Amino acid sequence: MSAIRLRGLIRKEFLQVLRDPSSIAIAFLMPVLLLLLFGYGVSLDPAHVPVAFVVEQPSAATAQFTGAFRRSQYFQVVPMADMPQAEAALMAHRVDGIVRLRADFAARLKDGGDAPIQVLVNGVDANTARIVQGYVTGVWGNWLEHYAQSQGQELQPPAELRTRVWFNSALRSRNYIVPGLIVVIMTLTGGLLTAMVMAREWERGTMEALMVTPVSMREVLIGKLVPYFILGMGGMVLSVVVALWLFEVPLRGSVWVLVATSSLFMLVALAMGLLISIVARSQFVAGMIALVVTFLPAFLLSGFIFDIGSMPTVVQWLTHIVAARYFIAILQSVFLAGDVWSVILPNSLALIIMGGLFLLLIRRSARKRLE
Amino acid sequence: MLQRVWALLIKEFLAVLKDKRSRVVLVVPPLIQTLVFGYAATFDLNDLSMALYNEDPGVAARALVADFEGSPHFHVTHTITRQEQIETLIDSREVLLVLHIAPDFSRELVAGRSGPVQLIVDGRNSNTAQGALNYANEIVLRFNREWNAANGLRALPAHIESRAWFNPNLLSRWFIVSGLIGTLIMLVVMNVTAMSVAREREQGTFDQLLVTPLTPLDILLGKSLPGLIIGVVEATLMVLIVVYWFDVPLRGSLWTLYAGVVLFLFSAIGAGLLISSLATTMQQALMGSFLFMVPSIILSGFATPIANMPEPVQMLTLIDPLRYFMVVLRGVFVEGASFSLMLPQLWPMALLGLVSLSFSAWLFRHRLN
Repeated sequence: MSAIRLRGLIRKEFLQVLRDPSSIAIAFLMPVLLLLLFGYGVSLDPAHVPVAFVVEQPSAATAQFTGAFRRSQYFQVVPMADMPQAEAALMAHRVDGIVRLRADFAARLKDGGDAPIQVLVNGVDANTARIVQGYVTGVWGNWLEHYAQSQGQELQPPAELRTRVWFNSALRSRNYIVPGLIVVIMTLTGGLLTAMVMAREWERGTMEALMVTPVSMREVLIGKLVPYFILGMGGMVLSVVVALWLFEVPLRGSVWVLVATSSLFMLVALAMGLLISIVARSQFVAGMIALVVTFLPAFLLSGFIFDIGSMPTVVQWLTHIVAARYFIAILQSVFLAGDVWSVILPNSLALIIMGGLFLLLIRRSARKRLE
Repeated sequence: MLQRVWALLIKEFLAVLKDKRSRVVLVVPPLIQTLVFGYAATFDLNDLSMALYNEDPGVAARALVADFEGSPHFHVTHTITRQEQIETLIDSREVLLVLHIAPDFSRELVAGRSGPVQLIVDGRNSNTAQGALNYANEIVLRFNREWNAANGLRALPAHIESRAWFNPNLLSRWFIVSGLIGTLIMLVVMNVTAMSVAREREQGTFDQLLVTPLTPLDILLGKSLPGLIIGVVEATLMVLIVVYWFDVPLRGSLWTLYAGVVLFLFSAIGAGLLISSLATTMQQALMGSFLFMVPSIILSGFATPIANMPEPVQMLTLIDPLRYFMVVLRGVFVEGASFSLMLPQLWPMALLGLVSLSFSAWLFRHRLN
């Protein structure tokens, strides 16, 4: 390996990057754009959910109950005259749920008759429906306590659940979405940046030109990796800065663990892109494969949004070949919990194995020869 | 004109399909992805790993533990005996939650008082944690009702009866799988169209195309029809998988569904061609379509509801064609929505397609560099 040749290759790659600003857009514009969109735009926490209230016979008790919902930040109470009207509103997506207090609510409440409160939700978006049901139960529990107090009784449920949420006590979904998003962005930048580069050389015929020069394949590969590694890590640093200062996600682990694991993951992502590039030979196919194996798996199969443990066993097994999965586990811990070595070490090891495997495959398939 | 468009159409199909690798990447991955993501993408939580820390040998504690063990949502993987073990298990993510029952739990209950139960949850994934809390709450509420009934105690003054429309078991798979159709055909079709003009520009054949007798309209048609045809075929295959493999109900009419598919493809192709006519190399086209697609998937309501987004971001979703298609897909599949109910979703897609296509036709002529 010669340092001069390598420097020449890296310089050439940098010039190419600078002359086609789309690489820079991928490395810097996309992370910021995505972080802003996700950080501000994406939330799994419903707020001000419009809920229709059908109170068949208003009384002091029903007013107290409705008042508990009015005070909650989660709901927006929409009073409706009767069930048909409320059902029409639910059909038209004007409200996300219906709460109905029957005519005998106050009376049954008084003689301890276990008064029913009917709750209807639109089940199409099942996740939101479930969260809304949970909120309704929460408001109901608070109201019950107030009600018992106002009757001069003490509410004594047999088992009283006291919950404590570690690492993210307010259950702010942004705190787990932002670290996950950084992983998705890095998979995208790493994979996309490199996926096109080798395929482009083949397609434009410059690969043959490179082959007749004294450069070795290893130099070509390193010459491709180094510039995009620098570009990708620049995007990573930018993302972390945005996460910490704009979104106020806590960083409880140490910075050097963050840097070390990020560099490791960046290498794996770049190696994956390079492998795609070598296998595909044409930019169209390389682009297509990069699209298929980077964004959606990192989004859906990594535990970023969907819980891996709840997937069927075969799919769970499949998630092990998604590099993003390991890095998400690491980042969520480093950001929210701290340097938890029992999470960081096994996942880093998995990343090292994957990276090594990719590099091996690249070495095997990238030969200096013409077909 | 028909003849000219036909010739261009054949040429376009050859450009995309003559290479075996291109054929494979166009057809196989979307179908495999529909299957894999259909299983993977679920908000339903099953078998959440939990640890039990039960210090109470009494009957009530045993009954509560049995309720947790019997729930499909939880899977008891560890039984611990010391407080310090909680931290180790949760930190290393071996369990998501720990249920701690204090030694005097049963005694308190028998005496008619409240017995505290502690639940410690890992909040690193807040959505999973929230779901786990809700399930645990349900179990404890049911336990309380049963305990009160069995011991002749007064029930709580009121209780909640919950029901869900359209999807009584609240399976999130229906929601996600129907949405996947939109996401995946967008990926394929946008890539095909975005690459088509950029490829000719990179290889320099686009200028040749412009000096042929083909009018901009001919070129536009020749470039958009392959995407439309590929898109309709792939959408059909995916609808078959969704209905016959995943058993998602198709309650609305196929006409409404296909009206949505065609109009969505129309707008996606418009966006793809627009990117394509702005790009000078294939790499730029790929980056451009990525920069368009990723936000459109995120803002479409595919995985996270639009209603949870802040007002300005909600405004931004109005120019996202996928947003409208998501409503059509879920409306037709799960709700059985009629054509007229879907009309407010259909015309914006047509409008977006029209605007982007006219703009790209103009760009064909006016960007010769």
